[in-house]
Amino acid sequence: MQALYAQLLVGLINGSFYALLSLGLAVIFGMLNIINFAHGALYMMGAFAAYFLLNLGGINYWWALLLAPIIVGIFGMILERTMLKFLTGLDHLYGLLLTFGIALIVQGVFQNYFGSSGLPYAIPDQLRGGMNLGFMFLPIYRGWVVVFSLVVCLGTWYLIEKTQLGAYLRAATENPTLVRAFGINVPRMITLTYGLGVGLAALAGVLSAPINQVRPLMGADLIIVVFAVVVIGGMGSIMGSIITGFALGVIEGLTKYFYPEASNTVVFVLMVLVLLVKPTGLTGRAA
Amino acid sequence: MPDTAIAEAPAKAATGGNILQVRNLEAWYGESHILHGINFDVNAGEVVTLLGRNGAGKTTTLKSIMGIIGKRAGSVKFNNQEIIRATSDKIARMGIAFCPEERGIFSSLDVRENLMLPPVVREGGLPLDQIFDLFPNLKERLGSQGTKLSGGEQQMLAIARILRTGASFLMLDEPTEGLAPVIIQQIGHTIARLKKEGFTILLVEQNFRFASTVADRYYVVEHGKIIDGFSNAELAANMDKLHTYLGV
Repeated sequence: MQALYAQLLVGLINGSFYALLSLGLAVIFGMLNIINFAHGALYMMGAFAAYFLLNLGGINYWWALLLAPIIVGIFGMILERTMLKFLTGLDHLYGLLLTFGIALIVQGVFQNYFGSSGLPYAIPDQLRGGMNLGFMFLPIYRGWVVVFSLVVCLGTWYLIEKTQLGAYLRAATENPTLVRAFGINVPRMITLTYGLGVGLAALAGVLSAPINQVRPLMGADLIIVVFAVVVIGGMGSIMGSIITGFALGVIEGLTKYFYPEASNTVVFVLMVLVLLVKPTGLTGRAA
Repeated sequence: MPDTAIAEAPAKAATGGNILQVRNLEAWYGESHILHGINFDVNAGEVVTLLGRNGAGKTTTLKSIMGIIGKRAGSVKFNNQEIIRATSDKIARMGIAFCPEERGIFSSLDVRENLMLPPVVREGGLPLDQIFDLFPNLKERLGSQGTKLSGGEQQMLAIARILRTGASFLMLDEPTEGLAPVIIQQIGHTIARLKKEGFTILLVEQNFRFASTVADRYYVVEHGKIIDGFSNAELAANMDKLHTYLGV
């Protein structure tokens, strides 16, 4: 039974990363209409930013949680201003190809300098050790990742669904021309939104660094699953991305316990089923 | 017969100081040349109506003033400030508000969010209680999804939300289109009341019977040009010409 709970916890942790990453993708798709294939590379950059901050600047994990998303977010905003904004109004394929190219370049540069093996990033002292819950042993850092991710996801959902700024974002998703004619600087808002989505990916990278080490291809491994999560949840749906991210992590964990052979494919099988039954995803709008 | 003189010398405005001055306004949609040198003035406190057939260039004129059309040329001065090169967000912040023909109600926002969406650009906007006084239906539907309202309610919402912003110059694009007579009457009362409150209104209408109940002056648009202009007092005398222009 302990093994089941352990797999459930692993599933929840993976689900946390899926949720954070798919949330960022959903925000970017909703606002920019771009399928951001560079998301995995930006997640990796978040982990590397934390690594550099610690090893070059002596800046610890807690500050990295704040600074790495800002640094990588600014990098994302530069990408948006210099490249992505020119894709406005074009077919999704252009954005997908451009961001895929960016991902390959970024990953290639990091791989050139750091190879493919992982660089260690220590768990902060305050989050070392674990707790015996009676029915299972809970490593504190992993529990922190789940809780913190959930808080960030719900905070982002609140920002977009319940605030005036979120109303601007949602309205601009529908009719950016009219929102701009109301006096809102939509191009700046688009840039900041891309920065927010990228920042969420970088935050996931920082959270992941102590668990998965820091590797140039860490995002490439994950992004394919995350895209499956987004397709299942529905492109552009904020709450759909969060719920689907956590749920699929748990389903993956349960599959590891009950039928390990299928654990790497269960998400894709679900994706196929959802695409057959409801092509826009469980909660999404048409792309 | 089109009166080409109007293109060089706009009809003299009746009241108040000049608030909007449009000269030789040209606009393009891609390669299509839509406006071919529009000239007219709007004075403070007036209701001016652009009349014309479908595709004449009335909506494009409003969109060009608002900065929504990408390629435009000529001169548009608002309060003596040139705005032809300004982006639409800056134009809105100068005090011009636009209510589009398709109403532009956002389906992902409820009525309250739709109403509160345009930011306040300057002081002097109508407070919410005054807006609900004008449009009592909206108060009862605040929690509903914006696009679940009836056509008339959506039009009221589209007008209501720009009244909050403090913009003193309103551009209303066919506010009566597709609405029941009783709603059209209500929109007419609202425009008349807004005029009393001191708003300046540039209205696009095909329904000149409705326009005649609120407008001070008219300009007729055809093939992307102003071909005629007259005051409300001259409407009866110009009725035959107007029927020819509008094909009614």
